[in-house]
Amino acid sequence: MRHIISLLMENEAGALSRVAGLFSARGYNIESLTVAPTEDPTLSRMTLVTVDSDDVVEQITKQLNKLIEVVKVVDLSDGVHIERELMLVKVRAVDKGREEIKRMVDIFRGRIIDVTDTSYTIELTGTGSKLDAFLDTIERSTILETVRTGASGIGRGERILKA
Amino acid sequence: MDTELTGAEITIRCLQEEGVDYIFGYPGGAVLYIYDELFKQDKVKHVLVRHEQAAVHAADGYARSSTKVGVALVTSGPGVTNAVTGIATAYMDSIPLVIISGQVPTHAIGLDAFQEVDTVGITRPCVKHNFLVKDIAELATTIKKAFYIASTGRPGPVLVDIPKDVSQQKTAFAYPESVAMRSYHPITKGHAGQIKKAAQLILDAKRPMIYAGGGVILSNAAMQLTELVRMLGFPCTNTLMGLGGFPATDKHSVGMLGMHGTYEANMAMQHCDVLIAIGARFDDRVIGNPKHFSNEERKIIHIDIDPSSISKRVKVDVPIVGSVSEVLVELIKLLKTRKERPDQIALKAWWTQVDLWRARDCLKYDRASAIIKPQMVVEKLYQATKGNAFITSDVGQHQMWAAQFYKFDKPRRWINSGGLGTMGFGLPAAMGVQFANPRGSVACITGEASIQMCIQELSTCKQYGLPLKIVNLNNRYMGMVRQWQEFFHGNRYAESYMNALPDFVKLAESYGHVGMKIEQPGDIEGALKEAFKLKDRLVFMDFITDQTENVFPMIPGGKGLSEMILV
Repeated sequence: MRHIISLLMENEAGALSRVAGLFSARGYNIESLTVAPTEDPTLSRMTLVTVDSDDVVEQITKQLNKLIEVVKVVDLSDGVHIERELMLVKVRAVDKGREEIKRMVDIFRGRIIDVTDTSYTIELTGTGSKLDAFLDTIERSTILETVRTGASGIGRGERILKA
Repeated sequence: MDTELTGAEITIRCLQEEGVDYIFGYPGGAVLYIYDELFKQDKVKHVLVRHEQAAVHAADGYARSSTKVGVALVTSGPGVTNAVTGIATAYMDSIPLVIISGQVPTHAIGLDAFQEVDTVGITRPCVKHNFLVKDIAELATTIKKAFYIASTGRPGPVLVDIPKDVSQQKTAFAYPESVAMRSYHPITKGHAGQIKKAAQLILDAKRPMIYAGGGVILSNAAMQLTELVRMLGFPCTNTLMGLGGFPATDKHSVGMLGMHGTYEANMAMQHCDVLIAIGARFDDRVIGNPKHFSNEERKIIHIDIDPSSISKRVKVDVPIVGSVSEVLVELIKLLKTRKERPDQIALKAWWTQVDLWRARDCLKYDRASAIIKPQMVVEKLYQATKGNAFITSDVGQHQMWAAQFYKFDKPRRWINSGGLGTMGFGLPAAMGVQFANPRGSVACITGEASIQMCIQELSTCKQYGLPLKIVNLNNRYMGMVRQWQEFFHGNRYAESYMNALPDFVKLAESYGHVGMKIEQPGDIEGALKEAFKLKDRLVFMDFITDQTENVFPMIPGGKGLSEMILV
């Protein structure tokens, strides 16, 4: 099953490599990982997406908790939560295609953030599957490059992750 | 307090504040300032080893045989890489160590400087935690944290990497009295509700079994475990790491379990209806194949300080996270308030079964052999030392015979590399044990292959006059490798024969020690007696043993507890 794990850790050099190292050393799979400092600059918040059995995910959260610099760990998939991912896509946009792509971007509520005579750069946020769906709708050969952040997650309502 | 101290002075002052009496190390460029400060004081005594691996093993032996944190000091680059085997050994067995390593100056980090290595990166997977101190203002707090992290919760090695310029800079020194870390709060007190559930399971048990591991030793809970076992009258088995946690000579002891455990211990593990696992982790050498293990139904209570040890290989019914000693105190207290006792008739029937298994006499060997049987050497060593010695071992057949035939009644007397299985551990660990227990008898049971992996330490032993007794079970083979090749690889002894061995007697003598070669079974006892009479000398006893002897019982890899190969 797909799990989305959120964690708060000390914003210190090497903290990220402890998490990444744990996953590779124990053979856990990482689908995506995002990390950045929080409003409290001494803390970093990380969102990790992994697909594994519940037993393995239980071990993953226990092992993450064991890391000395990890302050809190929560499996967001245990409750209601929201997740978003940001994608930037550069596409070849010429002739009639330009209009077509523009329309598609509007339908997906994306934005064109850079324009040249022959290309568009599109910004799109949403769940991973929405981003996938967008990529499926535009002509494959027009895609020049894509960059995705991986999912960021947060609990709904009063479900709060604080140090 | 207004005088400023250098980083090197601060480092030594911190060690003094922590009450460190011995550190084990080897100097080098990046730690020269620290060594200079060591030189100027005499509270912290330094033991000069001959290889950094030995420094860490010695600190490890020191920690295992006392209740203190072991400390090692090594230089940057090769100093650290040599130390890694020692650190990984301590990590696998949860031994509290602080390793201080030198690093190239901060301005040189990342520039491939001479003797530079990414110490924090290299050691990350085999330490409980590590630090690179880039700011001298953080040095004292970091060392305090290192000792705190190493010795609390599930213990483990912590490394502090100190760049040379940090050891040279100055700042005001104040050693923090305590540390508070928002991200580290080890749980020690067990959950009362869970302890209650455990007590009920224990009282309802018909075929109970107590399975105690290294956590009992680490948590100094041998007394509580002994009280619990005797109070309940249940059979108790100890893991390789847990030997001495419950007296081996007690009638409730069924010996060690696992790959080379006794028939009775393994059968009772497999067939019990309530299993009380205490400070143990159901590892592959202990329960074999977890699928086979769960073929039989049983309820499992698991007491462990590390939540990640619980339900890792085997699903348990009543997990109790907490320090073994605290949880056992609570459990015993609770059981005493309860009027019910475990079903005595069922317990009696269970003991009858256990005794039937015991009657298989699974550790028997040919006592009339004309060639020295290694088991007999260990038995005679046990008798010669009246079971009171500190025994270290290396890794292989001799380690298993030591574990099977030396009956440990006290904790912290059996010192071996259980998790990592590090050949070369025995001799340097014995040095650390001797420093921690200057009046204790310390013997290292080893083999001719293992001993050569850290043989250079005979020189350290000479320098410090360590009267260790080395019991070399010399079968001219890497015995355990040979045994597996005999059983599972069609007797093809690929590279397991030890050719061109040194004359160990002369070797010992060349280091200024006493050497003995023993070739007849009849001479074992006399040699041991003579060796232990030489109270201030290291004696190297080279026992020429039966080359074909195997360790029994044996659970082949991937098999289950009841699938033992017996003699």
